[in-house]
Amino acid sequence: MNVALRTDAETYCDALLRPGNTNCAGCGMSLGLRWLDEALGGEKPFMVIPACCGIVTAGAFPTSAYGAPTAASTFASAPAVASGISAVADLNDEDSVTVCWTGDGGTYDIGIATLSAAAERNENILYICYDNEIYGNTGGQRSSATPEGVRTSTTPRGKSERKKDMMAIMIAHRIPYAATLSIAHRDDFLRKVRVARKTRGFRFLLLLSPCPTGWKAEAEQSVDLIDAAVRCGLFPLYEVFDGVRYRINVRPDGTPVDQYVAGQRRYTGIHTDGSALHARIDEQWRLLNVLAEAFPADGRSA
Amino acid sequence: MPRALVTGNHAAGHALAVAGEANRCARGCAGGAYPITPQTEIIEFLRDYSFTRGRIVPVESEHSAMGVCIGASLAGARAFTASSSNGLAYMTENVFAAGYYRLPIVMIAVNRTLGPPWNIWVDQGDSLALRDAPWLQFYTESHQDLVDTILLAFRVAEDPRVLLPALVAMDGFVTSHTQMVVDLPELSQVDRYLPACRVPHQLRRDHAVTFGGLTWPRETERHRRDIQQAMEQVPQVLAEAIDEFEKVFGRRPHGAISAEHTADAETVLVACNTMARTLRGVVGARRRKGERIGMIKSKLFRPFPRAAILAATAAAKRVGVLDRNHSPGSGGIFWQEIAATLHARPDVLVQDYLVGLGGGDVTPQIIDEIIDDLARRTAAADPVWKEVAA
Repeated sequence: MNVALRTDAETYCDALLRPGNTNCAGCGMSLGLRWLDEALGGEKPFMVIPACCGIVTAGAFPTSAYGAPTAASTFASAPAVASGISAVADLNDEDSVTVCWTGDGGTYDIGIATLSAAAERNENILYICYDNEIYGNTGGQRSSATPEGVRTSTTPRGKSERKKDMMAIMIAHRIPYAATLSIAHRDDFLRKVRVARKTRGFRFLLLLSPCPTGWKAEAEQSVDLIDAAVRCGLFPLYEVFDGVRYRINVRPDGTPVDQYVAGQRRYTGIHTDGSALHARIDEQWRLLNVLAEAFPADGRSA
Repeated sequence: MPRALVTGNHAAGHALAVAGEANRCARGCAGGAYPITPQTEIIEFLRDYSFTRGRIVPVESEHSAMGVCIGASLAGARAFTASSSNGLAYMTENVFAAGYYRLPIVMIAVNRTLGPPWNIWVDQGDSLALRDAPWLQFYTESHQDLVDTILLAFRVAEDPRVLLPALVAMDGFVTSHTQMVVDLPELSQVDRYLPACRVPHQLRRDHAVTFGGLTWPRETERHRRDIQQAMEQVPQVLAEAIDEFEKVFGRRPHGAISAEHTADAETVLVACNTMARTLRGVVGARRRKGERIGMIKSKLFRPFPRAAILAATAAAKRVGVLDRNHSPGSGGIFWQEIAATLHARPDVLVQDYLVGLGGGDVTPQIIDEIIDDLARRTAAADPVWKEVAA
């Protein structure tokens, strides 16, 4: 028998996220990048990564943990740089995919004007935010993605403001495709990335990405935590086409929110005792249900 | 070559557009566009131009305008934009990024006073604030100088010995909004003059590298030294670009500096942009009266052409620098460079004049007064504030 065996090194060199990257154990981004790779079927995207943990992931020059051409942009510029890259690809009739891989700081905060503008222009970009609800790269400061009641190094007594609803903001741009992603729902994740790949124009994917360091949670619990976040209804899995056609992918199943919160020592209990969180979840679902019923995707609302 | 009566902004828009169009058989051209007075007509011109293979992206800020240029250039296209004043200040982070990326982007800077307080008139403080960015900087005195320099800038910036972005400055309103007769380059000429834009480190799908990731001090030092060495190539590359320009266009554009009447000049004045044109008239009149006076029109600011300045001041005893800019706590920025260049010539009196800040009209009379003041001095003093009429 003459079977050509690939060494681990060869296999991993082809991977979008290679071994030797600097991600912490349990980082949601690692699974997100591997599934992105799988969903793209090995096609190499152009990666644009602003200042965030995701660029530290690459490692130090001359090594690169990314198995794809990658540009490290300035913090607020990923969608602008990606606009230039995808514009030139289009000018040259190249069917390539330009991916912005960004944290919540670059998405919800410093980069939101650039992001909004690229979405409004409907640039041909696949934008993925791995939202760990914190400035993880600088050691865990609040962002506008940080939920209320959560302790960070700049909200030592718990954040008093609510998390920004980034999906609603992006949907309001009437972009061709917006969806949420979970590292506990692999089939749903892969399908949505494939839908996004086939869609032309601006596509926004929001991945709730656990950060064991910042969330003060156990690394091996990351997938279970996200599973709980989806089941309890705190992080709805849904997708929206053209900003007006909604599809809910996973509905809450009665899992108590404590299953999500109790596993993280970042929650202080302020603003987030059981009843307050349940009220937030109820409100979120009432709104989502109204929209999904009024504007179903092809009449196939879940 | 069509001669036309056009504004500076029209001339700049035309030069950028034909340079971009000339890359249609390679990877095309792209850039970001965001309006600011007095630059706006340039991006209007670009948005209206029908590129064969080009796209001008109407972004939401100057920061993103340069971001688009960075992406387009990384993708191998010819990239350009234009801005002014606070727009340049807002863009600054990505201005540095473009240079550190070694991307041959060309940007027009229509010089305007930085605010607040808000003032739309000319002052070179906006582009000079970018002097420590890894960019070539050119300053232009007329519409023709502007058009020629834009084409030179593409050629030098994209030269594999240089591979750095280039800024071409003109005076807000005085150049941007006045009309002059200009030889506008035709596309067929620019096709001959500009080789296809090639970015050797262009992103390629089969080449998995991270551009702009983490580096250690040793790599950072090498990166900075590489940039310095590329800067040092510029005078030679520019000289070649000028020779080639003359062959294609039949005219010889101004070089890094224009030294006029300096061979025997004991007094030499230095100025840039349109102030140099006013100065030329004053110096000419004084020479006709027998004064041994000359001038330097300073076009290339980065890299600063020290050797050329030293040669042009070989006979000088007094050098007066006209600075339409102000570095608080120091003085004029051209003066800093000239004084550093002439530090080995302690026999030369170098005096700075801050004049025309915020767009004040620098008339021949004002320049005459400055030259008279310089003649009376026996030693250099702190920069002199030379106020102009309201």
